[in-house]
Amino acid sequence: MKTIILRTASTYLLPVLLLFSIFILLRGHYSPGGGFVGGLIASIAWVLHAFAKGLENTKGLIRIHPGFLMPVGLALAFLSGIAPIVAFDMPFMTGLWYPEHLPILGSLGSALFFDTGVYLVVVGVTLTIIFTITESA
Amino acid sequence: MTQQIVLYPLLLQLLLSIVLMFCWRKISWQRVISIVGGVINIAVSAWLFYHIWENGTQIVQAGNWKAPFGIIFVGDTLSATLVLLTALSGVAVSTFSSASVVAARLKFGYFPIFHFLLLGLNGAFLTGDIFNLYVWFEIIIISSFVLITLGGEKAQLEGAVKYFTLNILASMIFLTAIAVLYGLTGSLNMADLSMKVAAIENRGLVEITAILFLIAFGIKAAVFPLYFWLPDSYHTPPSAVSAIFGGLLTKVGVYALIRVFTLIFVGDLFLQNILLAMAVLTLISGGLGALVQNNLRKVFSYLIICHIGYMIAGLGLFTKLAISGTIFYLIHDIIVKTNLFMVSGLAYRIRGTNSMRALGGLYAEYPKISLLIAIPLFSLVGIPPLSGFWPKLSLISAGFTAERWWVVGAIVFASLITLIIIAKVWAAIVWKDKTDFPKRLNFRYFAKLKLVRKTQMIAPVVFLSLVSLYIGFGAEHIQQVSVRVANELMDNQQYIDAVYNNNPKLNR
Repeated sequence: MKTIILRTASTYLLPVLLLFSIFILLRGHYSPGGGFVGGLIASIAWVLHAFAKGLENTKGLIRIHPGFLMPVGLALAFLSGIAPIVAFDMPFMTGLWYPEHLPILGSLGSALFFDTGVYLVVVGVTLTIIFTITESA
Repeated sequence: MTQQIVLYPLLLQLLLSIVLMFCWRKISWQRVISIVGGVINIAVSAWLFYHIWENGTQIVQAGNWKAPFGIIFVGDTLSATLVLLTALSGVAVSTFSSASVVAARLKFGYFPIFHFLLLGLNGAFLTGDIFNLYVWFEIIIISSFVLITLGGEKAQLEGAVKYFTLNILASMIFLTAIAVLYGLTGSLNMADLSMKVAAIENRGLVEITAILFLIAFGIKAAVFPLYFWLPDSYHTPPSAVSAIFGGLLTKVGVYALIRVFTLIFVGDLFLQNILLAMAVLTLISGGLGALVQNNLRKVFSYLIICHIGYMIAGLGLFTKLAISGTIFYLIHDIIVKTNLFMVSGLAYRIRGTNSMRALGGLYAEYPKISLLIAIPLFSLVGIPPLSGFWPKLSLISAGFTAERWWVVGAIVFASLITLIIIAKVWAAIVWKDKTDFPKRLNFRYFAKLKLVRKTQMIAPVVFLSLVSLYIGFGAEHIQQVSVRVANELMDNQQYIDAVYNNNPKLNR
């Protein structure tokens, strides 16, 4: 796995793949994509980096333990779910939408926060599993 | 405020697991959060129960999508009762776990997963959508699989493989059954299904689908030909885990059977006969199985199977009296079985073994604890006026009215066998002289524990014994609840109306 081609490419692939994962996350409401797929792509970016540069370097780049993303993502999804209950006394998970159309993001709604939560959970779970396996192997 | 009340127990459990995940490394915080959260959960569930008792069935349409298209949550009296019982057992088990489960296990996220399990249980009891029920079952399975393997001892993994294989198989069959049902009716909402299934001309297809559901839930509930995974796996994890499994997991299967066979597949004589045959065989085989076991927790595992038979029998008889007996038994059984597995954990802590031959002399050493564990043991047998007596009374008299002598016979036989087994257990662990079972090195014996830990082990047993005593001595109240649940279940139009018309404020 230490070929010069992969090592050079991975430096550029990491930001590109991460950006792509965010693109997938954002287009997910009406088109194919969303938090789950986006999260998987983001974890692929990190895993590829870890294969090419070694796990220690990747961990140094991420800084936090990926497992920490799980409760953060869950909390974000949870908050976006109960926001309608707390704010408007509407049923759980009712979509709340910001009336104006925003550039890049399009319509901003509570669904985006939920999806971002899913994204974080998926990244957290996948990286925790793969890093643990890599370490014990 | 009260409009979303059906979801509050669910959301609270989710919140608790998230908070617990944030405190991943701080075990002592997790203990406190889990217990305090459990107490709050009792309050919330009691509030939900009171609200539903006063105002009838409540619904929440998740995401404000109207039934039958969106996922809805329905809280009727049965769901509310089960959520309350889950809360009671939940707090007892989290208290018991914080003393009896070793820190090495707690470190790997025992408490967050435990609350995810409770989340799944609450969700399964409250959902009004059959596919959503499947999703809650998955949450339950995944959490229970983590709990059963946590610690990774050899015996544990062996039990876990059996447990997981058969439960995954049950899920697959459940999913297939849902697919077939969806193909027949084009709907997943249980109230909608209830109307659409009744209108299908080809009853043969409906019966086949019903059988698929029966097999799927039968594996989960551990009824006669499908129970072999249970006694092989429930004695392997720590007793706190067995307690929540024994008390609640199989009962979710029973709940699903009750829900599906009173709401969707109703009044089919063929299915009722199958249910009755299963019930009779479950009662007999579970009882006989328990008779020959030596491991205390295996005895209790077989008794779980045996007593599932009572509930299935009531469902098969399908009269108001029988269903009320089933519900009463369910209420009694959840509390008592949870308690019994904690008692087995206590016995294990005291002597270092669960083998009935090696246990003994409990009365000489701990007379008060012996008296305490007499309550769950004899409640289970149903010595009047303790809690097991009343539902059997309803079931037997319902059996007489329906002139199903085999069922009556099996119920009486199973009660007798339970009595023999409990007498054997009592004699073996309490009255028999202390055996010369060797002391284990590095084992945290009960006598060596700190006072806080001792209290944490005794208090939940006391608490659930008090609940059991209340169920026995306040049987009038429980009977009132059971009869109301039975009325609601027998008249499924009420459920359908609640889903479609109730709560006009929601249909903004």
